Amino acid sequence: MRKRKLLSLSVSYILLILLAIVMIYPLIWMVGAAFKSNEEIFGTLGILPKNPVYGAFKAGWKGTGQYGFSTFLINSFKLVIPTVIFTVISSVLVAYGFSRFNFPLKKFLFMLMLSTLMLPSIVLIIPRYIFFKNFGWLDSYLPFTIPALLACNSFFTYMMCQFFRGLPLELDESAKIDGCNSFIILVRILLPLCKAAIFSVMVFQFVWTWNNFLEVLIYVNSISKYPVALGLRLTMDIGSEFDWNQIMAMSIVAIAPPVLLFIVAQKYFVEGIATTGMKN
Amino acid sequence: MKRIKQKYNYAGYLYILPWILGFLLLQLVPLISSLWYSFTDYQMIGTPKFVGLANYAKAFKSPEFWKSLKVTCLYVLMAVPLKIAFALVIALILSQKIKGINFFRTLYYLPSILGGSVAISVLWKYLFMKNGIVNGLLSKIGITGPDWLGSPTWALFTVGLVTVWQFGSSMLLFLAGLKNIPESLYEAASLDGAKTLRKFWSITLPSLSPIVLFNLVMQMINAFQEFTPAYVITQGGPLKSTYLYGLMLYDQGFKFFKMGYSSALSWILFVIILAFTSTTFGSSQSWVHYGDES
Repeated sequence: MRKRKLLSLSVSYILLILLAIVMIYPLIWMVGAAFKSNEEIFGTLGILPKNPVYGAFKAGWKGTGQYGFSTFLINSFKLVIPTVIFTVISSVLVAYGFSRFNFPLKKFLFMLMLSTLMLPSIVLIIPRYIFFKNFGWLDSYLPFTIPALLACNSFFTYMMCQFFRGLPLELDESAKIDGCNSFIILVRILLPLCKAAIFSVMVFQFVWTWNNFLEVLIYVNSISKYPVALGLRLTMDIGSEFDWNQIMAMSIVAIAPPVLLFIVAQKYFVEGIATTGMKN
Repeated sequence: MKRIKQKYNYAGYLYILPWILGFLLLQLVPLISSLWYSFTDYQMIGTPKFVGLANYAKAFKSPEFWKSLKVTCLYVLMAVPLKIAFALVIALILSQKIKGINFFRTLYYLPSILGGSVAISVLWKYLFMKNGIVNGLLSKIGITGPDWLGSPTWALFTVGLVTVWQFGSSMLLFLAGLKNIPESLYEAASLDGAKTLRKFWSITLPSLSPIVLFNLVMQMINAFQEFTPAYVITQGGPLKSTYLYGLMLYDQGFKFFKMGYSSALSWILFVIILAFTSTTFGSSQSWVHYGDES
């Protein structure tokens, strides 16, 4: 019996390790490929370059010549950081309203908010485009920041709601007796306890906005405003077929911020997913 | 009087106001206006002209529409079950008393945060080129790999692999669910002489069924809208074999600026997604078991 258990456990480990290699190999290969010549990228399978070629990062960084990856990276941050901040503010406020107040139609409105989780965003893309165009918001980052400010992604609101519900009501009540109004209670009492949840919202929204492609493709037109995703795609289009290592190098640049964030904050990803996924 | 006042606190409206505005202006109004646009001829310039059901008729008569719909359904039916099955199997393995579970969990989740990015699509293009690394590895074990992205038979599968590669978030949900199954259930079953497989079918799977449903529905909604990998890796080709619905919608709306027609396309997709998800929900009564606590 014991032997069988040991056997099944070792099979499990072998499977897990093999899978880990398969999953991660492409990413590691990508790093190696940034230092390979073209012949080596397609001629060999190994990860480490035999005749390392340096300079792919430097050459690739120049981008189109007129606009390089410094511009694209700065643009990405200009797009992502306000979006993240607005998402935190709006999702905290709305979740607080839903989880700590009782008002007419609350249940209905909450269900409505939850149901928008299942509303396919692609259905809204045409009318929203027309709407933003009429407002003169095209070719700016407003199509990203304004929806964030208006809590349009219910995922985050729901995540905060779940978290607020886990905090004991006695906290609010004792503060109320001390004469605090509801906003002070939120800011002074509840928010300090929500750090983990707020951090989850931040990391998710950062990664999603950073990776967003379809919407930036539609809303952002001038190259000077391109975030990294569009810049990379542009480099791929105009880059001659001979600069594969440069494209690999810039792909690494493009995924580096989310990967670094993930490594630092992985605990929050796990918690965030676990809190929203359950209780459905 | 006083009691009612205590019961309702209208300040709540103030806090949810951002969402109310967002819902009305950026979700409800767009949804309704796109329904209106779908009955019009609207090319971005000029005003929408009412044409009745012409846009819908045009779609149903267009071979491109049917091709794209077929490709998309194939994609969903392949990628979603594969991803969920994968996530479930790995979660089951990880839920044994495995050392280094955090390490594996982190590693498997990493692709989920990168998957949608252009960089990964670019990488995929390289990995699956005819003389790329995947075929290189296959030839090592004596298999001549196909031209993954050049052949209409394989291209959709290859694009779908990007999605399957991101099984991490579904896996985390299953792991959380597995943790919630009380140990006592298994102990009781053991006393009754149940074997491992029997325990899986009678305890584990029923307990996880709500999470299976949640994953199925959410992944389906996402898969129907997939855009980036197909756009970057194959541009919908070869022979439109990866021309997902999202690509067609993008082309009609933002390449040809046929706003009326693409609104009709998006409403058709909406109805299809609704049909798929409600069928899934409908069927769930027979296979989803909620614990007695709910």
